[in-house]
Amino acid sequence: MQIPIEYYLILSAFMFTVGIVGVLTRRNAIVVFMSIELMLNSANLTFITFSSFLGDAAGQLFVFFVMAVAAAEAAVGLAIIIAIFRNKLTVNIDEINILKW
Amino acid sequence: MTLELVLFILFGSICAVSSVMMITRPNPVISALFLVLNFASLAGLYLTLHAQFIAVAQVIVYAGAIMVFFLFVIMLLNPETEKKFFKEKPKFRIFIVAIVALVLFQLVYMIFLSQPSGEMTKEVSQSVEAGTVENIGKEMFTNYVLPFEAAGYLLLAATIGALVLAKKKFE
Repeated sequence: MQIPIEYYLILSAFMFTVGIVGVLTRRNAIVVFMSIELMLNSANLTFITFSSFLGDAAGQLFVFFVMAVAAAEAAVGLAIIIAIFRNKLTVNIDEINILKW
Repeated sequence: MTLELVLFILFGSICAVSSVMMITRPNPVISALFLVLNFASLAGLYLTLHAQFIAVAQVIVYAGAIMVFFLFVIMLLNPETEKKFFKEKPKFRIFIVAIVALVLFQLVYMIFLSQPSGEMTKEVSQSVEAGTVENIGKEMFTNYVLPFEAAGYLLLAATIGALVLAKKKFE
């Protein structure tokens, strides 16, 4: 028996929504960042699923580039968090509001 | 129950449970460890989809490099532990979970309504051939060579940017 494509898509949708809950509710900037990584990975799972079911390698190449962008994003984002921590001694995003008007 | 289905249920349930555990743990170090588990089980799911190269890259890049980086920053900053998930601002959090559950329900409904499995059945030999390292490498250095080089510049720019942002100011 073959696994239907819906199972993979539903798992991916579930992971994406869990990531959204994490971004909206957690107050620690690093955990918010990890939730964003979770959402990126759920999109990757959808790409791989369609790539495998269509027999086309384009989706897997796209996932490779998403991984490169995610690595770059993690490096820059965590550097920004370190810079903020150095100035304000906190990573709580409720207290980091210098861009709020 | 074929082996493929057993592996899917095993890795899929680990994936779902560890993602929920990740966003509800008050301690960020434990969150990061659950995210490592989530990424590792995703690599297993990629193997059930015949994407060998991406599965290995997932373990090396995500579960290895990126998560070590996250743990390193968490231990460098030593952030305070939050309260339990529904203890702090419970109304706001229940509201958000309800809204997102609605979105998830809508997504699942649309997936079942559109019935993609009706027109998409996996041709196993084709999908095995698409995911091999040989095929990915051939595509990457012929059709996708320009994005590949651009990704190299992106990583260089990110490295320099991270150094500039995180270094101590000397004045």
